[in-house]
Amino acid sequence: MSSSVFLRRSWLAENGALAALVVLVVALSLLSSDFLSVTNLLNVGVQAAVTAILAFGSTFVIVTGGIDLSVGSVAALSAIVLAWTASVAGLPWPLATVVSLAVGVACGLVNAALIAYGKLPPFIATLAMLGIARGLALVISQGSPIAMPDAVSHLGDTIGTYLPVPVVVMVVMGGIAAVILNRTYAGRAMYAIGGNEEAARLSGIKVSRQKLITYALSGGFAAVAGIVLASRLASAQPQAAAGYELDAIAAVVIGGASLSGGKGRALGTFVGALILAVLRNGLNLLSVSAFWQQVVIGVVIALAVLVDTLRRRGM
Amino acid sequence: MELLRAEGLRKRFPGVLALDGVDLTVRSGEVHVLLGENGAGKSTLIKMLSGAYHPDEGRVLLDGHPVHIRTAGDAQRLGIATIYQEFNLVPELSVAENLSLGRPPRRFGFVDTKRMHERAVELLARVGVDVDPRTPVSRLGIARMQMVEIAKALGLQARVLIMDEPTAVLTTGEVEKLFSIVRRLREQGVAIIFITHHLEEIAAIGDRVTVLRDGRSVAEVPADTPQDELVRLMVGRPIDQQFPRERGQAGEPLLKVTGLGRKGVFEDVSFEVRAGEVVGVAGLVGAGRTEVARAIFGADRYDTGEVTVRGRRPTPGDVHAAMEAGLGLVPEDRKGQGLVLGADIAENLGLVTLREATRAGFVDRKGQHQAAAEVAEQLGIRMTGLGQEVRTLSGGNQQKVVIGKWLEADAGVLILDEPTRGIDVGAKVEIYQLINALTASGHAVLMISSDLPEVLGMSDRILVMARGRLVGELSAAEATQDGVMALAVTEVEGPRVQ
Ligand SMILES: Nc1ncnc2c1ncn2[C@@H]1O[C@H](COP(=O)(O)OP(=O)(O)OP(=O)(O)O)[C@@H](O)[C@H]1O
Ligand SMILES: [Mg+2]
Repeated sequence: MSSSVFLRRSWLAENGALAALVVLVVALSLLSSDFLSVTNLLNVGVQAAVTAILAFGSTFVIVTGGIDLSVGSVAALSAIVLAWTASVAGLPWPLATVVSLAVGVACGLVNAALIAYGKLPPFIATLAMLGIARGLALVISQGSPIAMPDAVSHLGDTIGTYLPVPVVVMVVMGGIAAVILNRTYAGRAMYAIGGNEEAARLSGIKVSRQKLITYALSGGFAAVAGIVLASRLASAQPQAAAGYELDAIAAVVIGGASLSGGKGRALGTFVGALILAVLRNGLNLLSVSAFWQQVVIGVVIALAVLVDTLRRRGM
Repeated sequence: MELLRAEGLRKRFPGVLALDGVDLTVRSGEVHVLLGENGAGKSTLIKMLSGAYHPDEGRVLLDGHPVHIRTAGDAQRLGIATIYQEFNLVPELSVAENLSLGRPPRRFGFVDTKRMHERAVELLARVGVDVDPRTPVSRLGIARMQMVEIAKALGLQARVLIMDEPTAVLTTGEVEKLFSIVRRLREQGVAIIFITHHLEEIAAIGDRVTVLRDGRSVAEVPADTPQDELVRLMVGRPIDQQFPRERGQAGEPLLKVTGLGRKGVFEDVSFEVRAGEVVGVAGLVGAGRTEVARAIFGADRYDTGEVTVRGRRPTPGDVHAAMEAGLGLVPEDRKGQGLVLGADIAENLGLVTLREATRAGFVDRKGQHQAAAEVAEQLGIRMTGLGQEVRTLSGGNQQKVVIGKWLEADAGVLILDEPTRGIDVGAKVEIYQLINALTASGHAVLMISSDLPEVLGMSDRILVMARGRLVGELSAAEATQDGVMALAVTEVEGPRVQ
């Protein structure tokens, strides 16, 4: 009898963000006649895609109780590597893509090695990587954009007349993240490590190895995000995605994850990223100045997390 | 004289009515024992007196006047101090800082560290525990943490002192010390609410007993009520045998420890555990029992000696290797080392078997759930469902989860460190039966316990440790409480290992 009560409660807890999204969408469609059109909504989807993909990667890390500040820089670096190896070094584009993904994963592995073996706090290790990856992107590109290979640029197009490829990539990456978190050993280990690292270790989970996997995934997802972003712009830019790590973290947290670890879901993160994108889009449609937008978004992040904390404490 | 009274307290949590009308009266200068099965509502009741929870219904009176205890601060102002079942110490801070938490002595607005230190030394001396006040709490074992908690509560000079299972992890010696402190407080007119699952303590220290069952207060009886009667009141049925150990023939040695040592902690520890055997480890707090267990299991490193499990020698300091070799460890500190408190019961029960339940990277979650359901049933975990967060389980039921996850794992050699900490008399018997089943099927059990009757009642052989060394071994037949204690206080020659 009572297990259903628990189900219902957690359903509510997890869908607080979803409820907020619905409210936001309803409010905006009342306030602006342009909001609720297919074109605009798909536009929102495209806007959300890069943040969402980064945020899926960050979800892994945050679930383990860590943080990854380097994802924006890693995204830029991966895109630059792809463009450079294809356009300048002349590698065929599929190979260039693989190299680019490998670079993202490698950055994650370096983060993890510093954290798991060097015992650096995740904040510091990934802050260092934020600088390193951005710097390398600038070095390789010599500070200017590099054209993306045409084949990859199609990632920025649409399937048929409507469906933007970035939206498809976002949904696919979200699905992958959900499956990893829910169904795989790596995912379940992430929750255990974030919930109580010592208990996880004493239960036979190889914590260091699992952290390698976690940060590598985050790096890999960042690379995908970087490629999607660059293909939308048709060129890889060394300064792209600067500051996106904060949006990614915000999306994860709005989605119900806890920065102290052990909690978080791919679906929540998806909703979190959509909330940010809908909010930006809506504020644009309502011609709110870019300055005020920052204020509003800050307030929304604080509110979302506050409401969530209060609800949890309320039980 | 009646000091504190609770009337008709009711408290509902999502999915469970934890308290369903509880009355309690406590007089000044008495030790009032709360007795009840795991999940009966004891901790919930005292949390309403300490301001941690608010009753949905009912009221609390102090000196005959209704009071509203909304926060821990309110409780403190009213003179109510509480020692919780789950500790409230800040692991990173030193013992001295913990003892002055929230009200450090000040001088010109700054913390007066000198006075803080003096206060700590004095409080620690009162409870008679030998720790340096500068030690971070995280470095203390669970029993010393308990003593620090007690010292902290004493520092509050309360009129009502609530102790939720303070003796669960203490050995006979510390329990005696605690009792003499309690007696002194009682003489000074302090009202003491005392929760324990050790029935023999009730007559020793208590005056009256309130029995809780399923969230209701079902009886108030004098503390010299016979134990059988107390059990009947609490469980609703008699328990015929407290320690149902079925001894069999010991087989091959499964675990062999030779010359194990870690500098300054333990030294030259050698023993073996055979298939079908339960080997108990007794000793005072700080004797090094937990440290040895952790070293064997690979949770910590060791400097000298070797560990052999079923002929294999797992890499020192590698938990995973130890598990592969067939070792398991139920740790003493369930909150810090045993449980993922924020995860649900199924998740926790399946943690050790997660690797085995994985095929090609994917976890068989259905199988995991089923196995969890079976163990939960076997141990009688009182829960709203497998999806309940472990944090919201009662202390004893949390302990069952820690044991349960290792029962699922089917380890050849299971090391139990204070396995029945906080578990009620009825459920203890269930756990002993499970230990019997393990040894009957050829497993070996090494059981560290501070509960002497349990060590005597369940072990086939008893090892006694003192000051980091093995000081004796007794067979079940020759072991007596006094014999074990005499060994446990042995002064080891040479410098004290510590
Ligand atoms: N925060 C909470 N949320 C949900 N349920 C809770 C919460 N706290 C306690 N409970 C439930 O209330 C019941 C009573 O728990 P309580 O901790 O008072 O038991 P107890 O008598 O102290 O048991 P033990 O001897 O095991 O310590 C249990 O079923 C427990 O699961
Ligand atoms: Mg309790």
